[in-house]
Amino acid sequence: MAKIIVDGIEVDVPPEYTLLQAAEAAGSEIPRFCYHERLSIAGNCRMCLVELVGAPKPIASCAWGVRDCRPGPNGEPPQVRTKTPMVRKAREGVMEFLLINHPLDCPICDQGGECDLQDQAMAYGVDSSRYAENKRAVEDKYIGPLVKTIMNRCIHCTRCIRFSAEVAGVPELGATGRGEDMEITTYLEQAMSSELQGNVVDLCPVGALTSKPYAFAARPWELTKTESIDVMDALGSAIRVDTRGREVMRILPRVNDDVNEEWISDKTRHVVDGLRTQRLDQPYIRQNGRLLPASWAAAFEAISAKIKATRPERIGAVAGDLAAVEEMFALKDLMTRLGAASLDCRQDGAALDPKNGRASYIFNPTVAGIEQADALLIVGSNPRREAAVLNARIRKRWRMGKFPIAVIGENADLTYAYDYLGAGSDTLAELAAGRHGFAETLKNAERPMILIGMGALARPDGAAVAALAAKAAAELGVVKDGWNGYAVLHTAASRVGALDIGFVPGAGGKSAADMTKAGASDVLFLLGADEIDVPPGAFVIYIGTHGDQGAHRADVILPGATYTEKSGLYVNTEGRPQIGSRANFPPGEAREDWAILRALSDVLGHKLPYDSLAQLRQALFMAHPHLQRIGEIAPGDAADVRKLAGQGGASEKAPFRSPVEDFYFTNPIARASAVMAECSTLAEGRSLSAAE
Amino acid sequence: MLDDKDRIFKNLYGQGDFGLEGARSRGSWDGTKAILEKGRDAIVAEVKASGLRGRGGAGFPTGVKWSFMPKAVGDRPHYLVVNADESEPGTCKDREIMRNDPHLLVEGCLIAGRAMDCRAGYIYVRGEFIRERERLQAAIDQAYDAKLLGKDNVHGYDFDLYVHHGAGAYICGEEMALLESLEGKKGMPRLKPPFPANMGLYGCPTTVNNVESIAVVPDIMRRGAAWFAGIGRTNNTGTKLFCISGHVEKPCTVEEAMGIPLRELIDTHCGGVRGGWDNLLAVIPGGSSMPVIPAGSSGCDDLLMDFDGCAKHKSALGTAAVIVMDKSTDIIRAFARIAYFYKHESCGQCTPCREGMGWMWRVLTRMADGRAEKREIDMLFDVTKQIEGHTICAFGDGAAWPVQGLIRHFRPEIERRIDEYTRNSDAHGAIRVAAE
Repeated sequence: MAKIIVDGIEVDVPPEYTLLQAAEAAGSEIPRFCYHERLSIAGNCRMCLVELVGAPKPIASCAWGVRDCRPGPNGEPPQVRTKTPMVRKAREGVMEFLLINHPLDCPICDQGGECDLQDQAMAYGVDSSRYAENKRAVEDKYIGPLVKTIMNRCIHCTRCIRFSAEVAGVPELGATGRGEDMEITTYLEQAMSSELQGNVVDLCPVGALTSKPYAFAARPWELTKTESIDVMDALGSAIRVDTRGREVMRILPRVNDDVNEEWISDKTRHVVDGLRTQRLDQPYIRQNGRLLPASWAAAFEAISAKIKATRPERIGAVAGDLAAVEEMFALKDLMTRLGAASLDCRQDGAALDPKNGRASYIFNPTVAGIEQADALLIVGSNPRREAAVLNARIRKRWRMGKFPIAVIGENADLTYAYDYLGAGSDTLAELAAGRHGFAETLKNAERPMILIGMGALARPDGAAVAALAAKAAAELGVVKDGWNGYAVLHTAASRVGALDIGFVPGAGGKSAADMTKAGASDVLFLLGADEIDVPPGAFVIYIGTHGDQGAHRADVILPGATYTEKSGLYVNTEGRPQIGSRANFPPGEAREDWAILRALSDVLGHKLPYDSLAQLRQALFMAHPHLQRIGEIAPGDAADVRKLAGQGGASEKAPFRSPVEDFYFTNPIARASAVMAECSTLAEGRSLSAAE
Repeated sequence: MLDDKDRIFKNLYGQGDFGLEGARSRGSWDGTKAILEKGRDAIVAEVKASGLRGRGGAGFPTGVKWSFMPKAVGDRPHYLVVNADESEPGTCKDREIMRNDPHLLVEGCLIAGRAMDCRAGYIYVRGEFIRERERLQAAIDQAYDAKLLGKDNVHGYDFDLYVHHGAGAYICGEEMALLESLEGKKGMPRLKPPFPANMGLYGCPTTVNNVESIAVVPDIMRRGAAWFAGIGRTNNTGTKLFCISGHVEKPCTVEEAMGIPLRELIDTHCGGVRGGWDNLLAVIPGGSSMPVIPAGSSGCDDLLMDFDGCAKHKSALGTAAVIVMDKSTDIIRAFARIAYFYKHESCGQCTPCREGMGWMWRVLTRMADGRAEKREIDMLFDVTKQIEGHTICAFGDGAAWPVQGLIRHFRPEIERRIDEYTRNSDAHGAIRVAAE
């Protein structure tokens, strides 16, 4: 620790701190534009100038380390002053320079109200302009369907450039020209190809980069902000849902260093219009092959009649990818009361089973733990498409150096360099037997990781592949004392929660794949399950939100609530329970899913014993106490992975393929979004032209 | 006036052979092995004792700079980088060395490299210098052929020297931007600290020196620090190449002793100021980024051409590129043009420079016509103060100083110009132009 005096207050800070951080520790606020704690230091805006006693010139506090300061003549700690006339003059000067070429269009600027330049001009600027020349005009650039540019407003802080080069790993933004002709652009005005590009809008301290789908839609001060959890992938990113009235206007990231730091993927951010379109806002009953609007009572009556005429073993339930734990718990409860054992949350047939222990299906090393890892093997996953923010975390670790990465599966651009070992289970078997060069690397590493994705597990031989991966983990020191590097990367937000509560076939029950075989079931509950084909014959009750695949097949539709419209518990791929909050209300007659099931249970004569969400949660927590520790991971037992390794089984030769073919179309909400469709078309065009 | 025997640059005008034979006949590569064998500390001590101050503009003592390098080579190699990106307007000394006496530089690199335990040196040559680069490369090739450089050379100190050709950006003469450019990146200055002696080229300890600073080292080592220190004044020792351009009868580059009076320099070597000494309006003593010094008894008359002599007149020796302006000069237009140069060459990285350069140029352009208001003179001065010292590199200072010098010494002229314009404008005149 090093001592430093900031504005007369002595603080003790780590020597690698910058003066800006030291000043913050001492309670002195320092204005800044280019500095961002998760990006490299540019030191180019010059807003953070401070006075270092003894230095001839004011210095940029963001770029000057505490250890770079020399102590006073008698060994007294270095002194920094942030409030002297010299500093004030310097800041006013920089502010004036920033404003001379910045347009006075705040009234029509989307950044208005949350603009760093506006705020700091109020705090550190002067009230009048001395600049009598014409302002600079810069042409706006096309950089894709998500980010709108008004380049007149750019202050050249280069945060966007640094983000795309460092975090996103897609160095598509850059600056051309020199001096006052410098312009931020994608060179050829192509759309950015990153799945994280929306973050540049948050990073831009002015209104140069704003959200295109949200353009001119609302002002920040008229929005209600609700902190929630994202369900677009299994990462469970922390988000803030901004609503106006009943409508979700936009989704922004929240800081959660354990999960998403402060980034979210474009799907998380821009799925907003999908929450409005294709919505199911009233119950439907299929009559004569056509779905006709119906009342709740009629819909329940139709279900009741059908169920009472069906034997329990012919009833099944499949939970979808976006379901919250509460409704799955309620559905499981209802199924049990009906005597039905055919439950499944694994629409894709992933070989994950709660009876193998929690460690066999969670991301044991944790997302933050990636930064401690020192070798990584990716098996059957494309993390860039399956969890883009987690991929950025892998890239972050890779950028720190000494992090060998190898891939078995698809040979795709993951934004970092890796050794491509092979396509399928042969290679994995060879590696597990120690006959591969990378086996040594894993063995010699202190904290190696094996990341296994649904591309390896969601196939008929998934159990054998899982056993093989677990064997590799056990043999190569991936699982050892104090470190469990066996990491399952899920693609569905609901999956870990569902496995935790045992939403899998009970004794004599059928799996999702068996339930949906022709003639296997008479009644099927689909709780937002849209990724599964149900053949003709079964009576399908679809509880969901969007007119997607499940609704098209349904015989009765019960309209539910999306993740922004209900309070729900989600367990992310690490096994971390998190609670999403309700930001708005479901449309029309749609209701929260647990409430639908509770009401239906009454009609069916098997009334569920909870009248409120709180009571439901109480029952849930009684049954599964680890879920009530919100935000905390109940760690898996490493012995489970070793046990899994012993299971063996025959694996096929087919190459692993990521289940996420199209990043923008993974769930019914995203499929209903026009913005996602546009992004998908662009991405498709890119891959086509790349193949040519 | 400098004695011929004290000259270091004996082939400055290219009358002799630039090659190895010619260089040898002028004394280069004589006893280099013995110099290298003195060892690192002895060389640094000798250069320190000579009082040599960097010839690139800032005048930092070269020996002291060398002593900042780590004492022992760790896991990172040491590098010597020679700044041959001579772009300062008015300066034309390094190019003369490179095309007419390149072996001085090549030998200097070897000695300087030994003094800092460098095994490789890079010479970053300005983009526009085509012939200079060819001559320099030819000299290096000759040195390699004669086993003076490279592995297993006759000196017993392995040292490789590379020439890198820039792309012609002024900012790449700033040492940190030069290193960025040398690494293949955009020429934008890096932040200091860390300083190059700690984290320079490719993150390794690096020293960046001017061509002239390196080229005089072999002579200092051969003839002794005392000889070099005996020329000039205390703290301003040795000989220096002066580049005199502008309104003199015979513009030239000439080697002279430090501390020579300006008038003697111009009268002896350039045939005097055009129209006589009394026709002198002002000089810029050290390249376009230094403040102007006006003629007269409190200005050019007693100006001694060295670091301290120029500092006494609130200017600086810079690269010793003396730009002479006689009374026919439109001094405001001249500085508007200089401001345009800096606006054009600003890299655009940091705010005060990027935004301030255009502002200064635009105001000065109006002032050159008189199309301005008198209160804008103070505003312009304030703007230069807002740039000075607030930027990442010294470019901002170098662009602000000339404007400050102009306002300090020629304010009456600016005011007169404004008055004249206002007087001559008719009912539409001034207002019409301003409104356009």
